[in-house]
Amino acid sequence: MLAYITRRLVQTALILLGISFVTFVLLYLVPADPARQIAGRSATAATVENIREQLGLNLPFYEQYLRYLGGLLNGDLGRSYLQKTEVSTLIAARLPASLLLMAGAIFCELALGLTMGVVAALKRGSRTDDTLMIASFVGVSAPQFVIGILLLYVFAVKLGWFPIGGYGTFAHLVLPSITLGFLGAGWYSRMMRSSLIDVLRQDYIRTARATGATRAKVLFGHALPNAILPIIAMIGIDIGLFMSGIVVVESVFGWPGIGQLAWQAIQRVDIPIIMGVTLVSACAIVIGNLLADLITPLIDPRIKLR
Amino acid sequence: MRNLLLAGVAAAALSASALAPALAQDIKQGGSMTVTYKDDVSTLDPAIGYDWQNWSMIKSLFDGLMDYVPGTTELRPEIAESYEISEDGTVFTFKLRDGVKFHNGRALTAEDVKYSIERAVNPKTQSPGAGFFGSIKGFEEASSGDAEGLSGITVVDDGTIKFELSRPDATFLHVLALNFAHVVPKEEVEKYGADFGKHPVGSGAFKLAEWTLGQRLVFERFEDYWNPGVPKLDQIVFEVGQEPVVALLRLQNGEVDVPGDGIPPAKFIEVKNDPKFKDLIIQGGQLHTGYVTMNVKMEPFDKAEVRQAVNMAINKDRILRIINGRAVTANQPLPPSMPGYAKDHEGYAYDPEAAKALLAEAGLADGFETELYVMNTDPQPRIAQAIQQDLKAIGINASIKSLAQANVIAAGGEEDQAPMIWSGGMAWIADFPDPSNFYGPILGCDGAVSGGWNWAWYCNEDLDAMAQEADSMVDPAKAGEREAMWRDIYLKVMEDAPWAPIFNEERFTIRSERIGGDDKLFVDPVHIPVHYDEVYAKDVQ
Repeated sequence: MLAYITRRLVQTALILLGISFVTFVLLYLVPADPARQIAGRSATAATVENIREQLGLNLPFYEQYLRYLGGLLNGDLGRSYLQKTEVSTLIAARLPASLLLMAGAIFCELALGLTMGVVAALKRGSRTDDTLMIASFVGVSAPQFVIGILLLYVFAVKLGWFPIGGYGTFAHLVLPSITLGFLGAGWYSRMMRSSLIDVLRQDYIRTARATGATRAKVLFGHALPNAILPIIAMIGIDIGLFMSGIVVVESVFGWPGIGQLAWQAIQRVDIPIIMGVTLVSACAIVIGNLLADLITPLIDPRIKLR
Repeated sequence: MRNLLLAGVAAAALSASALAPALAQDIKQGGSMTVTYKDDVSTLDPAIGYDWQNWSMIKSLFDGLMDYVPGTTELRPEIAESYEISEDGTVFTFKLRDGVKFHNGRALTAEDVKYSIERAVNPKTQSPGAGFFGSIKGFEEASSGDAEGLSGITVVDDGTIKFELSRPDATFLHVLALNFAHVVPKEEVEKYGADFGKHPVGSGAFKLAEWTLGQRLVFERFEDYWNPGVPKLDQIVFEVGQEPVVALLRLQNGEVDVPGDGIPPAKFIEVKNDPKFKDLIIQGGQLHTGYVTMNVKMEPFDKAEVRQAVNMAINKDRILRIINGRAVTANQPLPPSMPGYAKDHEGYAYDPEAAKALLAEAGLADGFETELYVMNTDPQPRIAQAIQQDLKAIGINASIKSLAQANVIAAGGEEDQAPMIWSGGMAWIADFPDPSNFYGPILGCDGAVSGGWNWAWYCNEDLDAMAQEADSMVDPAKAGEREAMWRDIYLKVMEDAPWAPIFNEERFTIRSERIGGDDKLFVDPVHIPVHYDEVYAKDVQ
């Protein structure tokens, strides 16, 4: 087990190194000149050159990359070109909001997805089943900004049940969590449905029924705990999905997380922020996957880590 | 030396009453206003901030020697009480007001003014505005880092500061009204170092009370502000990270007073025709011109007839429809709200037949092939397509080169790259309301260099000489004469037609019912987008 974790952590470090290199190359190739951007349009060529020198942008590519890596090892993500402050400060200020949103989204997708899946499995072949599966199909395929704006319009603007975007109270969290969790809910309901149908066909369920256990006891005591196993492992992988989702959802709802930070930085070509957010998200995805792999054998003894 | 202006109380009273009688009197201070923006506020350091949203915020946190009468382009002293300009226009002496304090309680002195401007020029500060101070003696040495300060700035005593210029500069008072010349306290700058922009301390009407990164900023009224009665509001809350569409919904709900990014283009027609919003929208001019440059160093645009023909071929009204009428058509480089604009100038009327005749005169009756460069974000490519169709009608086949902003700017800065460029999304909004601001870098010989902004590569030495002469007319009594001279310069430019001016963007601000103030304050030409110090809350009146 320990050896496995060590090996995975080494792999993780290599993956992150690779990601940092690829991102750095891509951003190096972007035709925007950061020095010119900082200097503004009234600047002379000498001023631009001076800024380029101060930022180390005149150095050859490999030297710039090594400098950046050196900073990373010291926990330094660099300074934002436009926000004029430490990237780590900016990310740290916004990370809690993103984590909160993700927690909310995980709750929503599980609550929504599992309920839908169970109901659909129990009513298999009925109208209810069809309706729920169409809904889950919509959840999987509808763009998040559409769902977000729809929810905002109906529940915040028209009905006034929730605030129109923003951050701070529990009420603010509801709509963005549902929007972000909706996609996952679609997947989970389908997985839950097929998994439960599968389990309900097993011999031990028939045996349980034969012993005279109630319908509820069979469902909650015997079927669900087994049907839910493959789903728990998925949550870790979801974090990767959320990382792309928060960019959209946070922008729609004005949620002050790192997704919004990334979106603003991309629009203004603020390279240090783009690098920083990419690396932090990559970390989150890799760690999420690692957790998923570690949890699976705990809940399913048939799987062993090697 | 000759005393040209004594500001003091009299002038302040005069300018206030000049604005609007209803505004100057009996406005009670108090209340709060909520403003939203899509993007984070980058920095509130006056030497560095240079974007749409922080420009006016910095003006409320900091003060400079000069400012403008609210809602207008008319200069007036701010923390200066009076100033004198020498006969030859090279020495400016300012007397500071008594009782001007920084938010940390310390009194502001002439030493602070000197420090602040030298800081902006110092290359270590990386100020985008350093170049504006080019006329002060010692600028070259200071901006290259060879000298510590500017030899042209002298502190006479705590309340008096003297600027010596290397050439007469009629725009110098405007330069001192720029944010880059606003005054910062040395001790606070040194305390926060590179992060001063996140901990701004100035002497402005508001002070920063709270800044939660990525969420909100709160400005509070500065009790010790030198100008009693200003600001009108007790508090302004800026919420960032709000999409314009969402901000508009919140405005309807009464949660937001001013959506700082304006009305989103996609909603523009809907909002404008909505009776609920009708009285809340304020329209104003912007110091902006959108134009097509024609590279006079590349054939066949080296012929004036060809450039004039292009001017006549473009149907500007149709282009206005593409952008939902958020602009007015232009026929000269200057925008209508800029001093020096020639109201009666008719320009080149839309006349494809006459354009064709001009092309024939230039020996190009069969037309020619060329390229039109454009930035690749909507609506710019659609505008370029309209221009392309118009040119096609007179026989010019222009292929569109739609590129990222940085690439178009780079192509424009090369002598032989871009025959035509549509400037949309890149240039040019004036830094200060003076006609000279539309000349040097974009039409003068100085800008026609590699990496410059004069994408037409137009260089007319006679006009450059005239421009220099106009800018040395420092005497305010000659302001009218100077304005006329600039008007002439731009009309002469249009005879050579290196540009086809297309339109001047208009600004549309929307505000909630409870925020009051003269309409002009919401489309202030300098305090963009809103003059935060002067608008007031109706619910405390």
